[in-house]
Amino acid sequence: MSISEVFGGIPVDRSTLRALPNKAIGVATVGMTMRFGAFTALDTVSITVRAGTFHALLGENGAGKSTLVKCMMGFYTPTSGQMMVEDREVEIADPRAAHELGLGMVYQHFTLVPSLTAAENLVISRARVSPVIDWTREKSGLLTFMATMPFSVPLDVPVARLAAGEKQKLELLKQLYLGRRFLILDEPTSVLTPSEADELLGMVRGLTQAGELTCLMITHKFREVTRFADEVSVLRRGQHVGGGRVGDLTTNEMAAMMIGEKELAQSADRVSGTGADILSVAGVRAMDRSGLKPIAIDALTVRSGEIVGVAGVSGNGQMELMEILTGQRPTPAGEIRVKDRPFRASRRQCRDNNVRYLPEEPLRNACAPKMSVAENIAFRTFDTIEGSGRERFWLDGSETRRRGAELVAAFKVKTAALDAPIASLSGGNVQRAVLARELSGDVDLLVAANPCFGLDFSAVAEIRARIMAARNAGAAVLLISEDLDEILELSDRILVMSEGCIAFETPIASADIAEIGRHMAGHA
Amino acid sequence: MTDIGLWGVPLAILGGAIRVSTPFIFVSIGEALTERSGRINLGLEGTLVFGAMSGYAVAFHSDSAWLGVLAAAFFGLLFGLFHGFVCKLPKVNDIAIGIALMLLGTGLAFFFGKPYVQPVAPDLPSIPFGFWSDIPQVEAALRINVLFILGIVLAVAMAFMFRATRIGLIVRVVGDSADAARAMGINIDLVRLLSTGVGGALAGVAGAYLSLYYPGSWNEGISSGQGLMAVALVIFARWNPVNCFWAALLFGGAGALGPALQSVGVTQGYYLFYAAPYVLTLGLLIATSSTRRAMSSAPGELSITK
Repeated sequence: MSISEVFGGIPVDRSTLRALPNKAIGVATVGMTMRFGAFTALDTVSITVRAGTFHALLGENGAGKSTLVKCMMGFYTPTSGQMMVEDREVEIADPRAAHELGLGMVYQHFTLVPSLTAAENLVISRARVSPVIDWTREKSGLLTFMATMPFSVPLDVPVARLAAGEKQKLELLKQLYLGRRFLILDEPTSVLTPSEADELLGMVRGLTQAGELTCLMITHKFREVTRFADEVSVLRRGQHVGGGRVGDLTTNEMAAMMIGEKELAQSADRVSGTGADILSVAGVRAMDRSGLKPIAIDALTVRSGEIVGVAGVSGNGQMELMEILTGQRPTPAGEIRVKDRPFRASRRQCRDNNVRYLPEEPLRNACAPKMSVAENIAFRTFDTIEGSGRERFWLDGSETRRRGAELVAAFKVKTAALDAPIASLSGGNVQRAVLARELSGDVDLLVAANPCFGLDFSAVAEIRARIMAARNAGAAVLLISEDLDEILELSDRILVMSEGCIAFETPIASADIAEIGRHMAGHA
Repeated sequence: MTDIGLWGVPLAILGGAIRVSTPFIFVSIGEALTERSGRINLGLEGTLVFGAMSGYAVAFHSDSAWLGVLAAAFFGLLFGLFHGFVCKLPKVNDIAIGIALMLLGTGLAFFFGKPYVQPVAPDLPSIPFGFWSDIPQVEAALRINVLFILGIVLAVAMAFMFRATRIGLIVRVVGDSADAARAMGINIDLVRLLSTGVGGALAGVAGAYLSLYYPGSWNEGISSGQGLMAVALVIFARWNPVNCFWAALLFGGAGALGPALQSVGVTQGYYLFYAAPYVLTLGLLIATSSTRRAMSSAPGELSITK
């Protein structure tokens, strides 16, 4: 066995391969269609990205953007459709084939090796590396390469110590170093601060204008599209619904294409009667998941008997708001009050105030995956005596099972057995089990995040009906969702979060979708 | 013997450090390689004891100490490969396997080693670097075993490998980010298997040094936990082979403190001085720990730092 076989088939000789292009290349898809079973993720999408342009791909979550680029890069084999590179039909069987044509992709998460330096990362990512690396020669080669680039990163520092913006620049440099001339950027700025994002995209724009690079960027930030992109294509529900030169389109037109002609869905029966303030948040400050961007919630109230929907493009602080309310995220400043008493999300406070949560990814955020369904359902009640509410020391296994069986039946949780680990349930049934736990008994405040994400239609309808029922029974509901339809269907009042702040508020009666869309996109 | 007074203490510590540190050097360099590839092998203590036994036995039968060292390396390789193979199976924890292998290795060594407690096997040769001096203490301290020199060469060579060879970079990629390695098309399990195998072979050599040079005989109490302490030493040395060498020297010196003081007549706190390496282990680990975050230089795929 040769050394290259041992270490994973890195080709030692590339002489048989086609030469990589040395300037920007144009790429197009023709009638790209991708079906997963009965579901059509991509429906005859034809887009053209001309050489040397900066092209933006806009769309809501689930519009098919990722599916399209995965088909282009050879991660998926499309059901039908054709890829064109430099006006020639090409077959892209796998990512390696795409790389050999000069196509590359920068992902949302970093693919660099943290403890290696930038120089080591660049050299080892190359298809051909000599067994003994002559660092003097490599370094001078890298410096020559860097000199041709409009930006540089420190070569000798371990990547782990670089800031997020520098890492993203290095990802970009790596693609260029590997000779990729058509780059797909998948939401490249989601981990960057606004100034880092501007710097990076400015560089990409410079490279495209110089004819070095063609770029296709997935985004849902209109600001980035209008400032940096030349052309735009908009996807909605797997279809290419429009596009053109960015200069010819207004933000409103793009928002309309992205969101579509939405009818206000007929919401479930509402029993009116908004009551007292239940949840009030004032002046809360925290950091987001990257630790770079601040989250600032100046004022937020939810009254009894109303559903307040929080809309927003993902990554604008909604999940952090959820974590603040569940006590998962430290909040150095501000105050959260429930029923006019300070609230720090302790178990006792939740129990006394009947506060319930329905976090996203319930298996991770609201369950102990390896414990049984019955035990997970009993998390709120296992340590109190039913009726009296006094705490108990000895657990009552038969009581846990009896209550579990009741709730499993009432909420139609499909499980093989009450003793089955909850991780063995499907996503919808985990969601139902958590809902069963959280919505049983008196509920005064329910905080839910993306409660229907990834569920089928029947489950969605049922879960929405249960949330509405809780509201009608007098609960205050804060519904954080990336699904605008869901917000429009359920809410009494709509808030829009953008860049970590509540940017907009409107009652449902006077809600204007175009206006909501603009605020979601960060354009007031 | 010439009386050189208190000078005897640093001299004895130096000589002791060189003698005692050699097994630490080999075990820790091997473990550094294994851990850099993303696995931790706690079974090296067992590998070391089995290496000591098998090396001694083969040296006795063949009448060649070097054949003994080779045999120890071979059995160490087998132990390492076994560890690496079992760990690539799904749902296997490398730490639990390591502890099991530690017990298995010592147990097997005691079982097969019974007949070799009495016989005398040939010693490994040493080079008298103290030939220029006629003070016997100096000569004794500078009689340096070939394996010690080999250890220095190995430390430097491995540092070079991590820095400037394809294999070295690949081992680091695998140890730091399995995702990145997979994206490059590297066979992660194979890299880890071979790294663990080589780590085991080096631990075997360390064992052969114990039984064939210092203390230089096979018995069941031959190891005093060098295999385990070397794991702590790797962490202290921040997974750098050259640092492993210096750390091993420091541990060796601490181990030689007791006998050195005894040789000049300090008998008080005798057992306390013998505990010096262990106290040093604890002290260093506490001193270099952080309550806030995982160590920055630790390989990202290591199960203890994840």
